Amino acid sequence: MSESLAPIVLIGIFVLAAFLLVLPRIVRSREASRDGGATAAPSRPSTPPPLAEAAPAAATTEVPPELVEEIESIEVVEEAPPDEPPRLRDRIGKTRASFAGLLGVLRRGGKIDAAAWDELEEALLLADVGMTTTQSVVDGVKARAAAAGADADADALPDLLRAEITERLEATATDRSLHHAAEGPTVWLMVGVNGVGKTTTTAKIAKREIADGNKVLLAAADTFRAAAADQLAKWADRLGCALVRGQDGGDPGAVVFDAMDAATARRTDVVIVDTAGRLHTKVNLMRELEKLKRIVERTPGALQEVLLVLDASTGQNGLTQAREFAGAVDITGVVLTKLDGTAKGGVVLAIEDEFQVPVKLVGLGEGADDLVPFDPAEFAAALVE
Amino acid sequence: MFDSLSDRFEGIFTRLRSRGKLTEKDIDEIAREIRLALLEADVNVRVVKALIARIKERANGAEVAKSLSPAQQVIKIVHEELVATLGGDARKLSVNPKPPTVVLLAGLQGSGKTTAAAKLARWLERDGKRPLLVGADLQRPAAVEQLKVLGERVGVPVSSTGSDPVEVARNGIDEAIRLGRNFVIVDTAGRLQIDVELMDELRAIRDAVNPDDSLLVVDAMTGQEAVNVAEAFAETVDLTGIVLTKLDGDARGGAALSVKEVTGRPIMFAGVGEKLEDFEPFYPDRMASRILGMGDVLTLIEKAEQAFDAEQAAVATEKLRQGEFTLQDFLEQMRQMRKMGPLQNLVAMLPGVPKELRNADVDEGELARIEAIICSMTMEERSNPTVINGSRRIRIAQGSGTTTQDVNQLLKQFKQVSQMMKQFSRVNKKGKRKLTGLPPGFDPSALGGPGGLKL
Repeated sequence: MSESLAPIVLIGIFVLAAFLLVLPRIVRSREASRDGGATAAPSRPSTPPPLAEAAPAAATTEVPPELVEEIESIEVVEEAPPDEPPRLRDRIGKTRASFAGLLGVLRRGGKIDAAAWDELEEALLLADVGMTTTQSVVDGVKARAAAAGADADADALPDLLRAEITERLEATATDRSLHHAAEGPTVWLMVGVNGVGKTTTTAKIAKREIADGNKVLLAAADTFRAAAADQLAKWADRLGCALVRGQDGGDPGAVVFDAMDAATARRTDVVIVDTAGRLHTKVNLMRELEKLKRIVERTPGALQEVLLVLDASTGQNGLTQAREFAGAVDITGVVLTKLDGTAKGGVVLAIEDEFQVPVKLVGLGEGADDLVPFDPAEFAAALVE
Repeated sequence: MFDSLSDRFEGIFTRLRSRGKLTEKDIDEIAREIRLALLEADVNVRVVKALIARIKERANGAEVAKSLSPAQQVIKIVHEELVATLGGDARKLSVNPKPPTVVLLAGLQGSGKTTAAAKLARWLERDGKRPLLVGADLQRPAAVEQLKVLGERVGVPVSSTGSDPVEVARNGIDEAIRLGRNFVIVDTAGRLQIDVELMDELRAIRDAVNPDDSLLVVDAMTGQEAVNVAEAFAETVDLTGIVLTKLDGDARGGAALSVKEVTGRPIMFAGVGEKLEDFEPFYPDRMASRILGMGDVLTLIEKAEQAFDAEQAAVATEKLRQGEFTLQDFLEQMRQMRKMGPLQNLVAMLPGVPKELRNADVDEGELARIEAIICSMTMEERSNPTVINGSRRIRIAQGSGTTTQDVNQLLKQFKQVSQMMKQFSRVNKKGKRKLTGLPPGFDPSALGGPGGLKL
């Protein structure tokens, strides 16, 4: 073997050696944490739990003194949108290059032939629905076509497709509202990968809740991204709601702890926790998220929603995201953001199919009002249009 | 990142390797599998079609190389096509003979422009340039603050004066001239490619600063939409390149293929982590190898050259072969290795590592704990672990903040691993097996962590 290869081999060996040393230990510690159950903290978490979790008064966190009074009554009435909130279809419709794949079929007219099915498949794939779900949707539409008569016209295809998608979505959940606690503060935890729009969505949800007459508190638990808390603070200022934040680079757990404290003390109705974006492949960060959830759960009944924020332009990785976040913090719903572009967000079809987690809200722009409830029929129509 | 794609190909090719000859039917089947794999990896439907057509044509064609089996030939063809699609040769940023050189960053909301801007600034700074960051994102609340914080962290000045983005950008250039900075990186607001107003604004910024490079920042997790985005941005600002972000996730990154194919612009940089140093030039050939599960040895070597002391490494290799490798040697090498980046990334670059290992979650904290345990040993204990008795064990455990079980386990594993490595390096010396995989008969579960490797 040539001399030049020696260091490479060596490095390979070390990487593997270190890896193999570490691996069984991780397996063990993970098993331990699983055995520990939901109530007890894992016997040895990957990072020693910072003291702040137990010591809320730690100096790392500051509660802004401006205890924002309930201005909602004044501000919100003023800002109450005179016009209807934006609708999914209006926004989506404006630029739709339309369901390009289906156009060919429709133009040709006539009976649905093999080529038409291929085009339908391609159209769904182009909408990021993904191979597995696409197959199953196409099968469903085929069954519908067969039921409608042996040789259905191509014209009927969009309707059949719409019906299929709507029914699929409706089968997942009928209740797509955000839940409130029967008494005491309600907490909603916003989670997701980097750059999907968690902070903006947090602000939008806050605006809706304020408009509904609820007292809202925002918790800026994103202490990692530079100026993330500033971003949320600006929103809190605009919306006139309270904010709890910590130091940049501080412990997000402390922020959540303080937010829970503040919520009880100030009789807040809804606490929305904006967490840092994290790739679902980062074990430590996912554990941190589990910790944040545990802190909220110390107040029984408070945690009502864990919302996965998903960018509509996300491809099949959305499925993995849903799986990992569901595994770590039991997501209760999905918020699909940035649907005002040409991205169709078809991956949520696959997500609802596979994990039975409903999409609850849809983000349609950067304004505070651009958030609407998810409506299966409208979504299906928009997808097919 | 592209693991899933490589796994899929690995499955196909394992079957291929066992065959002597490829029929047309085989090629059709392969093409179907490749199509499915690419679609699942979010490569755009249209791009997949074009790619498959090219692969099939070449596979059917009479490109017979005597030294290759038919299966190897297909692999070679797919590899070459992927390299070609991903961008041929790597390209560098252009440098304006009359400084400052201006780089404009654009993209959708949340694609990672601000972070990429700071990372690029740091990268240029390391390269001996004098960059200036310009925060022209006046849209998102606190975006400029974010850039300022990041700028401070990388030691690069940030300029953001003016009331509208065009003015801010123009002032940025003036500021760069005044400060004698030779690179200007303009961070713009995220915008949808269909937002006419904002796209016009982007064009106005472009006209105001006349960039030498206009880079589109694309999230590696993007799906089919990547094509529309890339087309629209290319039309608006004459893109010269792409920055691919969030490649450290497990997105299969088909968007990379799509964007390159549609715009014809090279992917120039890749963001591979949350830290500001996690930024590197994008190498299409390496990436294609990686997609095909061939490992990314080139990057590994490059990183190793930076981190390892060659002499020390040679000594350690020799020790390993002689079977005299001690915990102390291990500690030294591990410290150097950790300079190369997260262990998981390194493992992913090794060729022939089984999928289960590659996808395993690696907790860097465990490495630190191992280091702590070894550091709590005396030199004698490190070179001769057999002297470690009960009371020494307790002392080591206390010193490292672990338990005696942890110490025991480390010792046990070290013994097993070093034996395995010895065997491995001997095989290597004979030159029969280069670094193509784990040693024969390697069974991870034999390492005996409780529960083995049920990952």
